[in-house]
Amino acid sequence: MNAPLGTLDRPNSYIGRSVSRPNAKRLLAGRGRYVTDLVLPRMLHAAFLRSPYAHARIVSIDAAEARAMPGVRLIATGGDLAKLCKPWSGTLDHFKGMKSAPQLPLPLEEVLWAGQAVVAVVADTRAQAEDAAEAIAVEFEELPPVVDVDAAREPDADRAAVAVSDNLCFGCRLDTGGIDDIFAGAAHIVEEEFHFGRHTAVTLEPRAILADWDASEGKLTVHHATQTPYQFQDLYSRHYGIPEASVRVVAPDIGGSFGMKLHVYHEDMAVVGLSMLCGRPVKFVADRIESFVSDIHARDHRVRARMALDAEGTILAMDVDDVTAIGAFSTYPRTSAVEGNQVIRLMGAPYRFDSYRAELSVVFQNKVQTSQYRAVGHPIACAVTERLVDMAAARAGFDPISLREKNLIPDGAYPFTSPTGYQFEALSHQKSLARLKVLMGYDALRAEQAALRGRGIHRGVGLASFVEISNPSPAFYGIGGARISAQDGAVLAVTPSGEIRCQISVTEQGQGTETIIGQIVADQFGIGREKVRVITGDTENTPHGGATWACRGAGIGGETALQAARKLRGNVLSLAATILQARPGDLDMRDGVVVDTRGAERVSLAEIARIAYFRSDTLPKDASAQLTVAHHHAPQGYPFAFTNGVQGCHVELDAETGFVKILKHWVVEDCGRIINPLLVDEQVRGGVVQGLGAAFFEECRYDENGQLTNGSLADYLVPMACEMPDIVIAHIETPTADTALGAKGCGEAGTAAASAAALNAVNDAMAPFGASIAQIPMTPTRLLKALGTI
Amino acid sequence: MTAAVPVTLTINGETLTRLAEPRETLADFLRRDLGLTGTHAGCEMGVCGACLVMLDGVPVHACLTFAVQAGGGAVETVEGLSESAVIADLQRAFHERNALQCGFCTPGMLVTAHGLLVRKATPSREEIRDALSGNYCRCTGYEAIVDAIEAVARRRAAGETAAAFLEEPA
Ligand code: FES
Ligand code: FES
Repeated sequence: MNAPLGTLDRPNSYIGRSVSRPNAKRLLAGRGRYVTDLVLPRMLHAAFLRSPYAHARIVSIDAAEARAMPGVRLIATGGDLAKLCKPWSGTLDHFKGMKSAPQLPLPLEEVLWAGQAVVAVVADTRAQAEDAAEAIAVEFEELPPVVDVDAAREPDADRAAVAVSDNLCFGCRLDTGGIDDIFAGAAHIVEEEFHFGRHTAVTLEPRAILADWDASEGKLTVHHATQTPYQFQDLYSRHYGIPEASVRVVAPDIGGSFGMKLHVYHEDMAVVGLSMLCGRPVKFVADRIESFVSDIHARDHRVRARMALDAEGTILAMDVDDVTAIGAFSTYPRTSAVEGNQVIRLMGAPYRFDSYRAELSVVFQNKVQTSQYRAVGHPIACAVTERLVDMAAARAGFDPISLREKNLIPDGAYPFTSPTGYQFEALSHQKSLARLKVLMGYDALRAEQAALRGRGIHRGVGLASFVEISNPSPAFYGIGGARISAQDGAVLAVTPSGEIRCQISVTEQGQGTETIIGQIVADQFGIGREKVRVITGDTENTPHGGATWACRGAGIGGETALQAARKLRGNVLSLAATILQARPGDLDMRDGVVVDTRGAERVSLAEIARIAYFRSDTLPKDASAQLTVAHHHAPQGYPFAFTNGVQGCHVELDAETGFVKILKHWVVEDCGRIINPLLVDEQVRGGVVQGLGAAFFEECRYDENGQLTNGSLADYLVPMACEMPDIVIAHIETPTADTALGAKGCGEAGTAAASAAALNAVNDAMAPFGASIAQIPMTPTRLLKALGTI
Repeated sequence: MTAAVPVTLTINGETLTRLAEPRETLADFLRRDLGLTGTHAGCEMGVCGACLVMLDGVPVHACLTFAVQAGGGAVETVEGLSESAVIADLQRAFHERNALQCGFCTPGMLVTAHGLLVRKATPSREEIRDALSGNYCRCTGYEAIVDAIEAVARRRAAGETAAAFLEEPA
């Protein structure tokens, strides 16, 4: 019997090839179909009156004048929507003791942060809705806002929400035991208190939703700029009491997401209810200021951490205390405790040591909620660990590279379980570091640095090894009771003309999901990828699945497509065998044609499809012409596919102004099997830029009253082309053995370690001044303070 | 509330008259009244560059321009620039280089790139990065965009002419 053609022998072997994205041509022509762009017949527009106070009681709402204004169709308060929508609260069962106040689309009595939506207005145009919102008079009685995280934890502290007993949302502890003794006997101890600012996703397309309730059919259609349409189908169904099959969520082109567009937002829930109340389509698009005060924020941690080493520079233990402030309640349905949980579990992840203790406190305050955003928890754990490693190297008299070489988990030591309980299947830290050292010309950079210091030019080199979580299993949310799928599904069919249609549950936000799925399917059939049409982002036209988050698109979605394609290929070959009176095992596909053992062309895919669909009368009675298959795949084996890599950052510090120029950035990254290097590299670069933004620019600043003081794109700095360096990327490939495809995620790798590498680089540049910084963003003012200049 | 007034202007080569409220921005006018949704709005305060269009041959922020201000002028949006193929080589280079992800910033990026290359035929990488300093992209690392614009500048300098982009196979 002939072995199937190897991937590389096929005329159209696409796995591992840089091909451009077919759907990008549409976007380049200005023909994107973002929710922002959609117009439905008789569509109305919603606007919201928002709370001016961080914490207040709603005394009264007078909307009489607004109701009479031109174009106004409906004004709805919390009570109006509470009649339709069941409340929710953002807790997960596996986070023991976690609590959070129940939420409704609009509040009944109490507002919890400045900017919270209080009253909804629906009008013929957005401008009319905004005009009317201004005419609504709400009387508030101010309550003391909880702003400072330490004050929030005092026993007699004011509560951020009346419905919770105190301001501790969640706390937990990890302890392998004996830590105090290890620190007491250690040759070297380094410790630091780190501050990580709040920042936010700033997707270029703000949040957008268009809900269309059709009472005549009992059907709800929601066009929603989200990455997780199935999750929202479930939520709209359960909270509004509509049968799940009667709820359709369509997520067409999405203008950026980064985790921000998978949480439940009050306005989005409200818009569904508003459409039901009006019996007409209702659209809401956040403007940028609304985005700043209502999109989730992220990070906001204060971490005290120390590391113990022996006299030879071997890391012995870490001891960590992470306090994270999350806003007035925990987000739904994924909760705001996941980030802190990941921070304490990812600490020290690249290194071989056994002893670990961590305390996590997740704290409420009267600010907009924080939750999952690209590389959840990774940048915090990475920055703390990597900074301590650099401090330890200095203390123990090692070069930062050699201390890492000494302590990174050896490439031959897998499988490996971290002291925090993570199981690593196979990582490549040592190989990655060796590669980075060459890639960045490390030794030459050090020599140049020394020479330039003599001339008063202060450059710094920073490194950061990282571990990234991808391909999450049900251990992530499912076991906590959240209805968030860990599996994905694909329906694959041969069309009557011999092309292939693939409907799949992983979604596209610009990463190139559709392209890589098309590559995988085309590869398995040996056909041109233009013959494969991939359909995503519509709960009514694709099977249920987890969709794209936590780097599961390639690893889980890709494997789903691969297995579905193999199943369909098997069906095609067995039908071909019937038609050709051959054995299926003697046949293969090449270039859309079934070939035999000698490679001779026997029958085309188009001909098989034609016979199956139009001339089944010519087939034997028992022939099975199954040219559509469905396949579902959930991760099995390791609970997560961990990936790894290392980044290097080269900066120049102007010690007089505190300005830092980022000269160059390098990444060596191992995401297992690479399906499309072109797309992977740009994912990594985009991630690095978000990490560098956190390191130098991005911070949501609040005053002591809980007012966001920089809620516009003119005040909140996002990295721009002129501030960003060229970013050099190299890869190591360690495929996971848990799947046939072997792919892991790459979307968070860039963000995971970029700010850590930058923090180390800036500290390296400041070393001659005897100064250091442990806070991001590293603004010029903070750097000048660290340098003692101001 | 102020009553709508008639505005006459040329959009993508076609002269038309529509009623617009004096407070209506050119971005809203293009997107809502004319269905030209290729022009995007990311900040509505002139910072992000998603709304850039050509007005009388110069890139302008459609979010900062009132529709009535554009009266008598000639506006070209990404749709018009695509159809006339003047940015076909830029579109091709962006596509080849994967210089876009979600695509939301892309129309504005193309307008900036077009405006830059009209002004300066062969800009350096620094000059390209500088020219893009009014365009936010949250998805890419900017580098691919810089690469794509640089490649087009070089190709144009070498005398390569732009063929239609949209009809080429993906
Ligand atoms: S929308 Fe005009 S610059 Fe952002
Ligand atoms: S491609 Fe998404 S903002 Fe640029």
